[in-house]
Amino acid sequence: MRVPAVQVPVVPVVVASVAADALIDIRDVTKTYGHGETAVHALRGVSLRVDAGEYVAVMGSSGSGKSTLMNILGCLDVPSRGEYWLDGSNVAGLSEDQQALVRGRKIGFIFQSFNLIPRTSALANVELPLTYAHLRRAERRKRASRALDLVGLSDRADHRPNQLSGGQQQRVAIARALATGPRILLADEPTGNLDAHSTDEVLGMFDQLNSEGRTVVVITHEHDVAARARRLIQVSDGRIIVDEVTR
Amino acid sequence: MSPRDLMGAALRGLSANKLRSLLTVLGVSIGVGAVIVLVAVGNGSGKAVQARLEAMGTNLLTVSTTGGGGGFQRGQAGPANQQYSLTLDDASALADKRLAPDVSSVAPVMTSSGTTATNGDTSYTVSQIIGTTPSYMPATNTPVGIGESFTQEDVDTSQRVILLGQTTATELFTRPASAVGQTIKLGAVDFVVRGVLASKDSTGFNDPNATAIVPINTLRATQAGYGALSQIVVQAANEDRVDTAQAEVTQLLTARHQVPADQTSPFRITNSAQILQTSQDTAATFTALLATVAAISLLVGGIGVTNIMLVTVTERTREIGIRKALGARRRTILGQFLIEATLLSLIGGAVGVGVALIVSRFQLAGVQPALVPSSIGLALGVSAAVGLFFGSMPAHRAAGLRPIDALRHE
Ligand SMILES: Nc1ncnc2c1ncn2[C@@H]1O[C@H](COP(=O)(O)OP(=O)(O)O)[C@@H](O)[C@H]1O
Ligand SMILES: [Mg+2]
Repeated sequence: MRVPAVQVPVVPVVVASVAADALIDIRDVTKTYGHGETAVHALRGVSLRVDAGEYVAVMGSSGSGKSTLMNILGCLDVPSRGEYWLDGSNVAGLSEDQQALVRGRKIGFIFQSFNLIPRTSALANVELPLTYAHLRRAERRKRASRALDLVGLSDRADHRPNQLSGGQQQRVAIARALATGPRILLADEPTGNLDAHSTDEVLGMFDQLNSEGRTVVVITHEHDVAARARRLIQVSDGRIIVDEVTR
Repeated sequence: MSPRDLMGAALRGLSANKLRSLLTVLGVSIGVGAVIVLVAVGNGSGKAVQARLEAMGTNLLTVSTTGGGGGFQRGQAGPANQQYSLTLDDASALADKRLAPDVSSVAPVMTSSGTTATNGDTSYTVSQIIGTTPSYMPATNTPVGIGESFTQEDVDTSQRVILLGQTTATELFTRPASAVGQTIKLGAVDFVVRGVLASKDSTGFNDPNATAIVPINTLRATQAGYGALSQIVVQAANEDRVDTAQAEVTQLLTARHQVPADQTSPFRITNSAQILQTSQDTAATFTALLATVAAISLLVGGIGVTNIMLVTVTERTREIGIRKALGARRRTILGQFLIEATLLSLIGGAVGVGVALIVSRFQLAGVQPALVPSSIGLALGVSAAVGLFFGSMPAHRAAGLRPIDALRHE
């Protein structure tokens, strides 16, 4: 196990607001669940810019709003207030179908609980986003096989999720997230259910993907996971309290 | 997503829960099968009635007296009824071309029931012995199969000759063909068998072949006595003349029996075309009734589809969330679930059609079902529509889910 490196002093890095085309740009976003007395303020005004090719770790205690933030970044949920500009366009202005298209083409998701489709082979799972992107059958097969190959699971293509270990399932999920060649990889506690060995494998892949130019945002509890990133964001009670370049 | 991909996803979805899919399919197939079979039964019974009536001829009028005028077996009729009793003279008058120009033939009819016929040691109780004239046979479509009919001369001279129905002939002689020329006894009186009637199709409860026909004068002299006629069978000149013939008969009988003008006619004249129409209407009502019952079972099958699809959608909410996260659009999810529901009903429909085709080859409740081709198309179409209609609510529910809500679903 890696031990977290030296605690870096809290010196927020001010991202130049002149940088015209940030890949991800959220402005004063709030998210409130429910209303009245029982309202939960999951995000209390978050602004964040992430440029193409960055490797960002988001840390924070449980319930601090990390997943809420990632769901908004992935167009799975909408902010209560504030704007989200993704790759130059305002997400609020996109139709439901256009948002589906964005999720399918620009973003790859990796979840803590893998979220593979049950009773469906590894290969078919990886093919799914390609199917939704309207690729032809043969092309889909080819790309899905290549993605499975990349995560080292070509020999498990016909296995169903319940026939795979946790680490293997997460690698299938990564292959699926990569299949459409998205620019952004969003991972919510991807190693939360994995042992040390599988964690290392998964993180190795993230490093590799980032070095190829993909933008990686990874939410984690673990300092050794966060240490792989080059920028660390700490969230507390719905606010960003630390935003620093670590490497 | 191409149709083939959608179909594949739908099939995987259905096969994921085989027993459940099977039971839903069963519900729809029972509905579809019921529609086809019950409509075929209704249609078959309608056809059977129609065939029997058409065999009787559609230019036939049957005249009888209301109020028991024809009942000679039950003792004397009352004086009021006697005035309206049908007589042989009435029959002669109706046969007069000048009085009833549109009547082509007339046959007076008397009947005697429960008479025992014997041939040596063999005896058989004939359910109905008909006394009439030779014109009865062509008018009522009762041809002689073996041997020959008796003649008007036989009637005039009260010859003791007899025509046996198929059942009667078989009971007495085993082989109907050997009956002709033999002598049998009706009660104590000898009769020579002149012919055997051709077999008639069953009209339901009574065996139309358990009869015998003798000259009317012979019946009066030997069996029934000289009471009133039970009916007069009148044949109109042709089918277009049935109504005018009926008017002539009514007018003639009213005049002959001096029926007061303010009294409703004591004579009942049934017209075979009317009976045909009435029974066709009855058959249509019967068919509609059966179809309604069947449609209800199809509806129940459809509700089964909705139910299962709702369960499926709830159960697979998380999967829907994953699919949406991977870029599935609303209409893709909608399509997948609609196709699943439609496949369920279509497979159910196909199974229902298959079972119905087999079942309707057999007699059901004494009726030979006659398939209505349009009911098969309709049932299949309706089952597809059932899938689309009853599947659309759950499918819309699935498609409308927000990705994050679906993903968070436990
Ligand atoms: N669907 C929801 N309805 C109500 N409250 C929610 C919902 N989702 C999250 N929350 C609340 O929002 C806060 C932030 O949640 P989350 O973003 O999941 O935290 P984290 O991922 O950092 O643990 C928590 O207090 C949580 O209870
Ligand atoms: Mg979380």
